[in-house]
Amino acid sequence: MASHAIEIKSLYKIFGPRGADYIDQVKAGLSKTDLNAQYGHVLGLQDINISMPAGGVMVVMGLSGSGKSTLIRHINRLIEPTSGEVLYDGVDVCRMNERDLRDFRRHKTAMVFQKFALLPHRTVVENTVYGLEIQGVPAAESEKRARYWIERVGLSGFEHHYPNQLSGGMQQRVGLARALTNDAEILLMDEAYSALDPLIRVDMQTVLLDLQKELKKTVVFITHDLDEALRLGDKIAILRDGRVVQQGTGQEIVLNPADDYITAFVKEVNRGRVINVETIMKPLSGNPEGMPIESGTVLEAAARAMTAAGQSNAHVVDAAGRPAGALALDTIIAAMVTPTSHDEAQRAA
Amino acid sequence: MALCDYLPALLCKFPALSDTTIRAGRKTIDDGFRGFVRSYSSIIDAAVQPLQVFLNYLERLFVTSPWPIILIVMLVIVYLGSRSLRVTIGTALAMYFIGLFGLWNDAMVTLAMTTVCTIFAILLGIPIGILMARFDRVQAVVNPVLDVMQTMPSFVYLIPVVMIFGIGKVPGMIAVVIYAVPPMIRLTNLGIRLVDKEVLEAADAFGSSGWQKLKNVQIPLALPTIMAGINQTIMMSLAMVVVASMVGVGGLGKNVLGAINNQFFTVGFLNGFALVAIAIIFDRTSQAFGKRLQKHSEVIHG
Ligand SMILES: Nc1ncnc2c1ncn2[C@@H]1O[C@H](COP(=O)(O)OP(=O)(O)O)[C@@H](O)[C@H]1O
Ligand SMILES: [Mg+2]
Repeated sequence: MASHAIEIKSLYKIFGPRGADYIDQVKAGLSKTDLNAQYGHVLGLQDINISMPAGGVMVVMGLSGSGKSTLIRHINRLIEPTSGEVLYDGVDVCRMNERDLRDFRRHKTAMVFQKFALLPHRTVVENTVYGLEIQGVPAAESEKRARYWIERVGLSGFEHHYPNQLSGGMQQRVGLARALTNDAEILLMDEAYSALDPLIRVDMQTVLLDLQKELKKTVVFITHDLDEALRLGDKIAILRDGRVVQQGTGQEIVLNPADDYITAFVKEVNRGRVINVETIMKPLSGNPEGMPIESGTVLEAAARAMTAAGQSNAHVVDAAGRPAGALALDTIIAAMVTPTSHDEAQRAA
Repeated sequence: MALCDYLPALLCKFPALSDTTIRAGRKTIDDGFRGFVRSYSSIIDAAVQPLQVFLNYLERLFVTSPWPIILIVMLVIVYLGSRSLRVTIGTALAMYFIGLFGLWNDAMVTLAMTTVCTIFAILLGIPIGILMARFDRVQAVVNPVLDVMQTMPSFVYLIPVVMIFGIGKVPGMIAVVIYAVPPMIRLTNLGIRLVDKEVLEAADAFGSSGWQKLKNVQIPLALPTIMAGINQTIMMSLAMVVVASMVGVGGLGKNVLGAINNQFFTVGFLNGFALVAIAIIFDRTSQAFGKRLQKHSEVIHG
């Protein structure tokens, strides 16, 4: 089962009864505010172009109302686009007929929801088999697979509990188990962890990361939390008013925020956990000094190692163990301190 | 009258159409209607015949079965529905007193009629409710009809039914079903429309077909509301079965009607109490059942 990339190409969504009538004007530059004021339609998404990496975690981030849910619902077409394409394995999801779409949803995608969306009258097992049940997989087989995933998400012993007997974190584990039992290549998670307490949330992130190491699904993860985005995302896209304002790796975004909106996001982030040593290392002048530090180490870990060793200088070594650059504790600390504005961030980077 | 002595006649007596005009108009409509019914009477009779046979059969079944069997079946149903010993014992006591005062057979007739009417109303109401929830157009058409049905006094139902079907069990049943079906339709519709959008979306996201969504999500989640509809339908059936004694439905209602006409105080009271007892049994049982269905829908954790 190889996952494929999801290609989203010039996707537009205009909410309202006659959305298609205004698409040309929107493409010509009619703004969200004007569209709403003049025609009473809501511009949900405009000109979205994202290539979501195969077998990786794509995080879509933005404030509430920025269009994240709208975007993720285009991937399994719970929302019809006004124009544009969503390509998976060369097929445009937006052009599928009803049957193909249902098959695509059954076999290729699984979704986890912010408010869990479990069936309250069904037990944990009964909820978990849902996807297989509607595919017509025999009960014994689907229950076996469901039990496996219930165990993997850490819910053993709760198989016969009802959702309302579980805490929020446990309910979302059921949501995750339900999605994983489907054995789909694409995993869609719409603010799946936003309703959880911070500690449980970090727990669940770990669960996802661990599973993802072996499963290598194409995950689309929605969040409004930058720390979560940076922890999970192989690639991050930031939405604002239905438009992608920046996309790239977490490090690229933190070091190089595209505008003040993103700078504001990035300001509170713990940069020491995002930026890698090779990003700030200086070229080697002469022999490598101090202790060796592997490239790919984040600043915080490097600083901890150097402080523990009582050294103020170190050098970065690449995967083969060759020295690649020089590192000083004060440069590390300077890079970990948050620049205060967009311009400063630019200069610092 | 004093004021009218000084006023022109027009202001004192409402300017009604003349008696002859009214009579002529009435005659035309009545004759037309009667002619219509007469010319279709064979079709109507043929259509009604199986229903008549069924109702007679069921009534006989209730009346002629040995009373202990009926009582045991009833107590088992009540217990399974309510899971409450109190309600079950109450039922046994109520039925005991009904039998003691010689009302057992009449009570059976009323029970049979109410049961059949309720089942019909449910079988008719749930599909209509589902269609209403599914299609806004259907809702737009059915809602005003239900409004009219529910504002119309129950007596008025009897007129067209009796005109078309005459006097007897079948017209009685039709009137009862029509009277009792609106809450069933409305609450089915409401229940389905109130189903959590997120859960429905989840069902869609996993690729459910329309039927799978209805079966796995909409009906189960709407069930507590549908049960409330069933409860109301039962109570309205019972009430209307009593009123329908005016068109020839037998049972406790007929005794009450007789008691009113002849001022038989005791008979009226006993039959009235028997009806109240049956109503309470139905109500407690179906409500407790509905509550139990809701057990897992209540949100305990956020
Ligand atoms: N069905 C709809 N009809 C009209 N406007 C909608 C609809 N769904 C979403 N919107 C609007 O689209 C924008 C994006 O919404 P959404 O995708 O839910 O944002 P997010 O998930 O980022 O909070 C918001 O302005 C919202 O009001
Ligand atoms: Mg959202």
